[in-house]
Amino acid sequence: MTSTAARLRGRRARSGRRPRVPDWALPWLSVLGVLALFEFLSRTEIISSDSFPPVSQMLATLWDHLGTSALWEAIGQTLEGWALGLGIAAALAIPIGIVVGSSFLMYRSLRGIIEFLRPIPSVALIPLAILIYGSGLESKVFLAAFASFWVLLVQTLYGVQDVDPVATDTARSFGFSRIQRLWRVTLPSAVPYIATGVRMASTVALILSVTAELVIGSPGLGRAINIARSGGNVELMYALIIVTGLLGWFLNEIFARAERRVLHWHPSQRSGRRTEPA
Amino acid sequence: MLQVDHLKKTYGAGDDAVEAIGDLFFEVGEKEFVCVVGPSGCGKTTLLKCMSGLLPPTAGEVRLRDERVDGPPEKMALVFQEYSRSLFPWMTVRQNVAFPLRRKRLPKAEAGELVEHAVRSVDLTRFLDRYPWELSGGMQQRVAIARALAYQPEILLMDEPFASVDAQTRADLEDLILEVRREYGVTVVFVTHDIDESVYLSDRIVVLRPSPTEVQEVLDVDLPEPRDQVETKELPEFASLRAYVYRSIKRKQGEAPAQREAASAAESTPA
Amino acid sequence: MTRRTRLLAAALEVIVPLAALAVLWVWSANQSSYYYPPLSDVLSTFNDTWIFERFGSDVVPSLLRMAAGFSIAVVLGVAFGLVLGRSRRARIGATPIIEFLRAIPPPALLPFGILVIGVGNSMKVFIIAFVCVWPVLLNTIDGAAGVDPTLEDTTRVYGIGRRDSLLRVILPAAGPQIFAGVRTAVSLALILMVISEMVASTNGIGYFVLQAQRSFAIPEMWSGILLLGILGYLLNGAVVLVERRVLRWHRGARASALG
Repeated sequence: MTSTAARLRGRRARSGRRPRVPDWALPWLSVLGVLALFEFLSRTEIISSDSFPPVSQMLATLWDHLGTSALWEAIGQTLEGWALGLGIAAALAIPIGIVVGSSFLMYRSLRGIIEFLRPIPSVALIPLAILIYGSGLESKVFLAAFASFWVLLVQTLYGVQDVDPVATDTARSFGFSRIQRLWRVTLPSAVPYIATGVRMASTVALILSVTAELVIGSPGLGRAINIARSGGNVELMYALIIVTGLLGWFLNEIFARAERRVLHWHPSQRSGRRTEPA
Repeated sequence: MLQVDHLKKTYGAGDDAVEAIGDLFFEVGEKEFVCVVGPSGCGKTTLLKCMSGLLPPTAGEVRLRDERVDGPPEKMALVFQEYSRSLFPWMTVRQNVAFPLRRKRLPKAEAGELVEHAVRSVDLTRFLDRYPWELSGGMQQRVAIARALAYQPEILLMDEPFASVDAQTRADLEDLILEVRREYGVTVVFVTHDIDESVYLSDRIVVLRPSPTEVQEVLDVDLPEPRDQVETKELPEFASLRAYVYRSIKRKQGEAPAQREAASAAESTPA
Repeated sequence: MTRRTRLLAAALEVIVPLAALAVLWVWSANQSSYYYPPLSDVLSTFNDTWIFERFGSDVVPSLLRMAAGFSIAVVLGVAFGLVLGRSRRARIGATPIIEFLRAIPPPALLPFGILVIGVGNSMKVFIIAFVCVWPVLLNTIDGAAGVDPTLEDTTRVYGIGRRDSLLRVILPAAGPQIFAGVRTAVSLALILMVISEMVASTNGIGYFVLQAQRSFAIPEMWSGILLLGILGYLLNGAVVLVERRVLRWHRGARASALG
């Protein structure tokens, strides 16, 4: 509780007034307020309605297209790139992270290389992807997998190394073998980190899929947005941007829920959860 | 000087309401050192928060020099138990002690003098430009005390300030607080669950009983001044007072208090 | 851990990356694929292109766009984050809007930026700022809302004014979280700089790299990729350095808390 809030509440209690707007209504009010504001700005041509049509028209266009197969096809294509990229990244990064992270010598040998490759912006590889894979699904998957690989690898490394040394020593003193220690001690305590990593990697994979569609022209939502813009269909462009935003929100929500389940017991993960390298 | 007048504090409302403080009444005189002692979980911290104006009471009020407290008063300073969390880790000792003085808008030289004097009183001059986390726990609590002193309060509230330090440091800090209290002539309200500490330090002891928290009784402590860790604690009066407070806390609500003379006689008779 | 293991680790830390580099060098020199030119060619092209032939024409504009967008994002993110972090009701109200806007994959906003602002520098700065603001904002909110209650009580007891408590208590207390957001924002800024220059620009590193690919100037393309990698590494390092300096107290406090 913030001190200001406490003070405000105190003042309110003394003057005997209840807040007029209950807490649950605040999100609705603010969303409606923002929508109304943009509707107003566009209707009054404060923002040119040619480049920013009224929100109601965007939503109406979105509604119309919900019934068409083209929209769903584009969503499916974007999700395909996202899923394959994330899947490949997970299949590589998690085992590599566990092996490298649980061996001191291996970690120290590779640390320099990882630290150098990780900050390379994955989009720098777009030209290479075009050269090697062309403008189809493979380019999209390659970029999404490359970008999310690093996120997952680093989270897995953190997780494996954050294992409580007391727990490892205890396991060792009970005569657990190396493999057993990995399975019984290291993995369980690394799982929360990996869960966070998967959520962050999912965001990154989606970003790279849409980027590939926009820049390279792989089929999917990104390309549809670009086509709508160059074809002058402004309402459709905004409708597609809204769909992309909702898709991002939806995927994030799924993984955030799964993550909360896995790490409800792990307080160290509470802070810095929003640190999302891309 | 300070009156706690039929103070009540309830958390929550309806069926979930938890009564933290039942109905408290006591007074603290000018320049007095009063210890509030009671078992763990009897709402001591809640009481202090109400006294310092951090929490609004549910009923009743706290008055400081006949003025109702409804926010932290300017004449009051508070020392918390968690020294490591009440000092600002990004400020040096000097900055920590000087920070509250910003409210007073003093000339720079005068503020600097107050800071240095307070730090000298707690014997930390050598560490003025260190950060709190570079100091030991006892030293950090001394910084918190210096910060309270430099603020020149008329009344100093302390919330189990020595509960998280080791025994030797604790004894040193007890003597330190008695010394600076004389030097600065400040009124002190000291909350503790440690009976020895309350008897050793105070002029008067307010004994609380738990759930709902009420005043069990108020005792005068007439041990000779200045107090000394060895000599004072050797006195038969010290032992009998200690035993008396102990029994008072253990005694259930509604039981008649034992005769104090009887208790002290029983305690001081050599076996 | 024995002394020998430590020494071995330190040696490996130097030897393995060098060995990897050597392998790459030899491999790239001895293979015939057009797409992977010898490392030596890439390096000499790098030398010809970036030091300092195209430095003023492409690197400087790119860096300026990035710096502008990033700075705007940090200032706005911290300012709004402090306000939202201190007001529970404002936070409840703003959450759905923030959650939606930050969920939009950033490149999807490019067509919007081109349409509303045009293809100039301000569009790129806008896109970079728009994307970088979220991690800073969300982390600042978390930090400002999670100030230790004992510190808050201390601030209140000593009657610290609104301004002082915001700038000297809440801001530094949220510092570690703010920096976590800033670190993310830096890598996002670089990415969005590249994408926005690839989509709509006539200069900049992103533009150069894509043009090089389109005209099949493969060593040039690789030299651009290499430059972006180096930039990413340097920027990340710079933020870590600044963070170490500004948050020296935090590392000290944490180390002493862990004993």
